[in-house]
Amino acid sequence: MKLNFDRRQVLVLGAGCALTGLVGVDFASAQGKNDINEVIGKFTGGKAPTMGRVKLDVPEIAENGNTVPMTVSVESPMTAQNYVQEVLIVADGNPRSGVATFHFGPSTGIAEANTRIRLASTQNVTAIAKMNDGSFFSTTKEVKVTIGGCGG
Amino acid sequence: MLSRRDFVQLAAATAAILPAGWTRALAQQRLTQADLLKFDSIGNVTLVHVADIHGQLIPVHFREPSVNIGVGEVKGLVPHLTGKALLDRYKIPAGSAAAHALTFENFAALGKTYGKLGGLDRVSTIVKSIRAERGDRTVFLDGGDTWTNSYTALQSKGQDMIDCMSILKPDAMTGHWEFTLGEKRVKEITEKLGFPFLAQNIRDNEWNEPVFESTAYVERGGVKIAIIGQAFPYTPIANPRWMIPKWSFGIREEDLQANVEKARKAGASLVVLLSHNGFDVDRKLASRVRGIDVILTAHTHDALPDVVKAGKTLLVASGSHGKFVSRLDLEVRNGEIKDFRFKLIPVFSDAIASDPEMNARIRQHREPHEKMLREKIGTAQTLIYRRGNFNGTLDDVICDALIAERDAEIALSPGFRWGNSLLPGQDITREDIYNATAISYPNVYRMQMTGARIKEILEDVADNLFNPDPYYQQGGDMVRVGGLSYTIDINRKIGERISNLVLIRKGQKLDPVKEYTVSGWASVNEGTEGPAIWDVVTSHIKKKGAVAPRESANVKVVGV
Repeated sequence: MKLNFDRRQVLVLGAGCALTGLVGVDFASAQGKNDINEVIGKFTGGKAPTMGRVKLDVPEIAENGNTVPMTVSVESPMTAQNYVQEVLIVADGNPRSGVATFHFGPSTGIAEANTRIRLASTQNVTAIAKMNDGSFFSTTKEVKVTIGGCGG
Repeated sequence: MLSRRDFVQLAAATAAILPAGWTRALAQQRLTQADLLKFDSIGNVTLVHVADIHGQLIPVHFREPSVNIGVGEVKGLVPHLTGKALLDRYKIPAGSAAAHALTFENFAALGKTYGKLGGLDRVSTIVKSIRAERGDRTVFLDGGDTWTNSYTALQSKGQDMIDCMSILKPDAMTGHWEFTLGEKRVKEITEKLGFPFLAQNIRDNEWNEPVFESTAYVERGGVKIAIIGQAFPYTPIANPRWMIPKWSFGIREEDLQANVEKARKAGASLVVLLSHNGFDVDRKLASRVRGIDVILTAHTHDALPDVVKAGKTLLVASGSHGKFVSRLDLEVRNGEIKDFRFKLIPVFSDAIASDPEMNARIRQHREPHEKMLREKIGTAQTLIYRRGNFNGTLDDVICDALIAERDAEIALSPGFRWGNSLLPGQDITREDIYNATAISYPNVYRMQMTGARIKEILEDVADNLFNPDPYYQQGGDMVRVGGLSYTIDINRKIGERISNLVLIRKGQKLDPVKEYTVSGWASVNEGTEGPAIWDVVTSHIKKKGAVAPRESANVKVVGV
């Protein structure tokens, strides 16, 4: 599946920056085949993330798998002593698991970003936050991508 | 504190059982408007609710389902009780008028005894009568699926329903099928509707801004009431997204919570959700969103003779096709419901008088088309009905028509929950065919599909129905198949539920890689080509003269 980086970058900047003061974005680029464990392992250095503190707002069922709205936020005071450094977004059912990495800093204000992501089929989307103390938090939500067409 | 009501009011008015062989005339004498409307009013607010009328201006037969399975946490709970189980649950005598309104049991015979239900002129009589009695305590709300699915609604793009409903002066409505009129038409209508069209869960997908108002405030009986609207969350998935390309839906639970809190802060003592989520979605929602007093449910067409409590929230299910009007009297004090009384009023059209004002309006809309609509196309020799999780004789006729008229091996017909029933011996008129098919994307496609693709479609729809999490359900029934038989294990996961697909004509298992000629209708894809479904069905029935579909045994259900 061909990823359209330009369009996604524009959307992230347009939708995310104004609201959240996003510091920077890079997209997890081609990491080979969908190997979600490898990508997560690389991000966390092998540490197991704790569930919680991260909120992933995605629809239960996608209206259009090609452009699924997603907002990720992390509970954090975002002070110089205690802040979110990065948030990794991965999807386990796309040809490649990497979706995006958001970079934050203490001056970000709140750790929240939104963008639109592409999902090839029904799959789990996982967000993992890296805190400045080296700890990791995560959450996972399933997004259903359906053929549609038979509602009551 | 809420008082527990063991006594189901609907049953009281309609409990009398007519001995077998009694005539319809006698039933009419026994069933009176006064009894049907009798209500010992209480409290300072009366909510009156209708939903899922689906364009039906005149009385209909509508057979409730025999199969309506609940999965996961809702297994065995209402509204997933049908027939005798439902009657037992509410202590309603079999064979009574209430039993006929609420269940499929002995439908053809009882339909002849008790006559049709519904008709917006009868609904009007009921609404006007409640308003006359309760005055400024009354709130009248329309849960949506009002403007579509009849011939006159189709050709006037909903104007017949809008003009007729305006007589009833709803305080608010929400929607689902309304959106199949397209963005432009919906905006054009809602801007001059005269009452709010509410949908807290629709945003424009460019700026994420609300497309409609979320909340309407009314003051009744000294109580400030917030009415929050929730449109069908999966409209752009279940219906064509290309008709509403700029609008994004979804359940949007957190936005709803914020809207409830905003309403409370604005001084609302009563918060009502006017919802088109479907019953199971609303029941789950009630357990997760705090502060909703009443949810007026819709979409899944359930008719329940009593409210269902989910925590502190009261859920009302008012049925479909104009068969019922719900009345909920509430005693609201200090921002809480202290007491309530409920009645699901069955709209027996032989017993309830026609309101002349509404009747005139309906006739005005029907008159130019009446002759065409009444044209007899054929005869129904057996009971024709649609509702049921897997099949119904109505869609068996449609699938037969698709296979015969479009020279297909396999037919697919959508699992819509609307569509009237016809009793054995009844004429099939042109209007009856429209009442089963009238949608704004009616083209009948004919295409090649592999066996694997056909299985994938069945799996996909089955998961919309049997996913144990209601938030992943879309509220329709299973897609109907013609020319094909299969086994479904409802408790398995997507991809594993459907097995044993057999092409009936050849008695052969479906080959995953082989292509089959499939004909179907109601595709959500833009640019679907082919004749309109009503023309295909009309042509088929004309050739046959009479149709006599039998209960189909093509779907074997496992795991119930």
